[in-house]
Amino acid sequence: MAVEKFNTIISSAVPLPIENVDTDQIIPARFLKATTREGFGDNLFRDWRYQNNGEPNEDFVLNNPDYSGKILIAGKNFGSGSSREHAAWAIHDYGFKVVVSSFFADIFRNNALNNGVLPVVVSEDFLAKLFSAIEQDANAEFKVDLEAQRFEIVATGEQVSFDINPYKKQCLVNGYDDIDYLLSIKDDIERFEKERV
Amino acid sequence: MPKTLFDKIWDAHVVSEIEDGPSVLYIDKHLVHEVTSPQAFAGIEKRGVSVFRPQNTVATPDHNVPTIDQHLSIKDELSRFQVNTLTKNCEKHGVTLYGLNHPFQGIVHVIGPQLGLTQPGMTIVCGDSHTSTHGAFGAVAFGIGTSEVEMVLATQCVLQPKPKKMRINVNGQLKEGVTAKDVILYIISKVTASGGTGYFVEFAGDAIRSLSMEGRMTVCNMSIEMGARGGLIAPDETTFEYIKGREFAPKGEEFEQAVKKWKTYFTDEAAVFDKELNFEAADIEPMITYGTNPGMGAKIVANIPSLDEINDKEKLSFEKSMDYMGFSAGDALEGKPVDYVFVGSCTNGRIEDLREVAAFVKGRKKADNITAWIVPGSKQVEKQAHEEGIVTVLEEAGFKLRQPGCSACLAMNDDKIPKGKYAVSTSNRNFEGRQGPGARTLLASPLTAAAVAVTGKIVDPRKIL
Repeated sequence: MAVEKFNTIISSAVPLPIENVDTDQIIPARFLKATTREGFGDNLFRDWRYQNNGEPNEDFVLNNPDYSGKILIAGKNFGSGSSREHAAWAIHDYGFKVVVSSFFADIFRNNALNNGVLPVVVSEDFLAKLFSAIEQDANAEFKVDLEAQRFEIVATGEQVSFDINPYKKQCLVNGYDDIDYLLSIKDDIERFEKERV
Repeated sequence: MPKTLFDKIWDAHVVSEIEDGPSVLYIDKHLVHEVTSPQAFAGIEKRGVSVFRPQNTVATPDHNVPTIDQHLSIKDELSRFQVNTLTKNCEKHGVTLYGLNHPFQGIVHVIGPQLGLTQPGMTIVCGDSHTSTHGAFGAVAFGIGTSEVEMVLATQCVLQPKPKKMRINVNGQLKEGVTAKDVILYIISKVTASGGTGYFVEFAGDAIRSLSMEGRMTVCNMSIEMGARGGLIAPDETTFEYIKGREFAPKGEEFEQAVKKWKTYFTDEAAVFDKELNFEAADIEPMITYGTNPGMGAKIVANIPSLDEINDKEKLSFEKSMDYMGFSAGDALEGKPVDYVFVGSCTNGRIEDLREVAAFVKGRKKADNITAWIVPGSKQVEKQAHEEGIVTVLEEAGFKLRQPGCSACLAMNDDKIPKGKYAVSTSNRNFEGRQGPGARTLLASPLTAAAVAVTGKIVDPRKIL
């Protein structure tokens, strides 16, 4: 099953300068009762985004009309904790295509890549620069070029390169799916099973 | 070439390698629960394939089940639908299911080892980050997302980049009153909540060797809390003795043959790790967490760090954490009042944990200000607790044993700690809202939890042993 192809993105960004944002914050466990992949965006960052009475928490960045865009820029160690892929679904469903941080938790990074969300790792210094660029101008635009593996602050033209596994890059660029690949090598898997005994 | 324990197991399961890409890793045992599997079953059906190796797949509902009145239909409509979906999917695909009223039901990471499904040298995955628990047997076990659950259902393989290797040695002998939970909370407090990211960790050293299988499971269980892909411990006589005679363990001559093979799973002397850390067992004391990630832990007798001990980049997150917890930098931990005690979870919901709590509370009484939830990890643990008289001891001290499930560890069911209340929990995560919106979690060992339950406040259990 083909997934959405990832093209170059130019967008403003939403800043979340908090470290160790765990997947329980991204989507709390009580919203994991669904049996489909859709609709998790409504509860993205639920307990930060809404007060107990269900009213939006005005202090939280997603409720601040100044900030919007397809890029989420977050503090170090984003996506730690639970393996729930619902966190990646929530981020994707809300409309983010890219998450930038100085460090991602392993399972979250895999889950994001499997759902067409690109995790971009930048240095801590560059991350600080991104936060201050947004602080100066909430509409500051950023360009994410997956093909060239470049991340750019559009206004200044300052660029950094980022790493991505070449296989995963091909998957994103072409909309390939890991499961299709594994199904295509089923003969190899059966041979492996026979030979190992 | 000398190899680490991890390499020996990983390399033996590589079907093929993608150039510049991940390995195709064959999975021996796939554990499935109700929360992270429905979308994966739906996915394979959409592709028109069925479960490739149902005989290597075992399912049980645990995350989203009530811990009282399990014989009745689940009240919450969404929870009931999710649990029923698991039942339907297992029936349709011929997957063994230990449903809510089956004598083998329980938290997936408690039942795997208990039934002898978990064995040395295996690769084990589950759509749950605490799959690392099974590493205690010398298995390569790790948590995966739902897309990866779909991969394993469809092909018995996952695509995984090979992690780096770290060894953590805990040398010397542990002091009295210091448990496996204190060891791992201590390690995480030193390594930090992200310090293990990208690594698979082997735990070694005399202090690790001296732990029971259940203690080793507690240590490996929380390796994810320092960001590690998984944790593992080389199998030894303690391991073989634990497995022997269990439901799905090899029997008779087959067991002897298996032990011979299992004895080959150790790190060769000259094998090289990407990183190696050493800790002294004598430095470890009973631990508790005070913040909102498992790396924010300290000796119970210590104070919360003062602001000058926190580096500038982390100050904002630290202050946010203190604000959430209702604590101030520099506060003493001991003596702080507590409202709830939760004993349970895949970290500390096994029979030894209940024995430890029962031994401590015997002849004592639960403090009036404490609401205590004691939740067995499985139906078998529950049964054993009745047979050993643990339930009677608990009841005499004012406690009640609930029914098996993940319960207040992640509060998906009704077991939620109310907003603003303090809970000393034997579980694995103290994240904001983890045990219910606004709940304040302090992670500790079952022994400490028992001491808190009878005193009503944070206390070093050694002071009242």
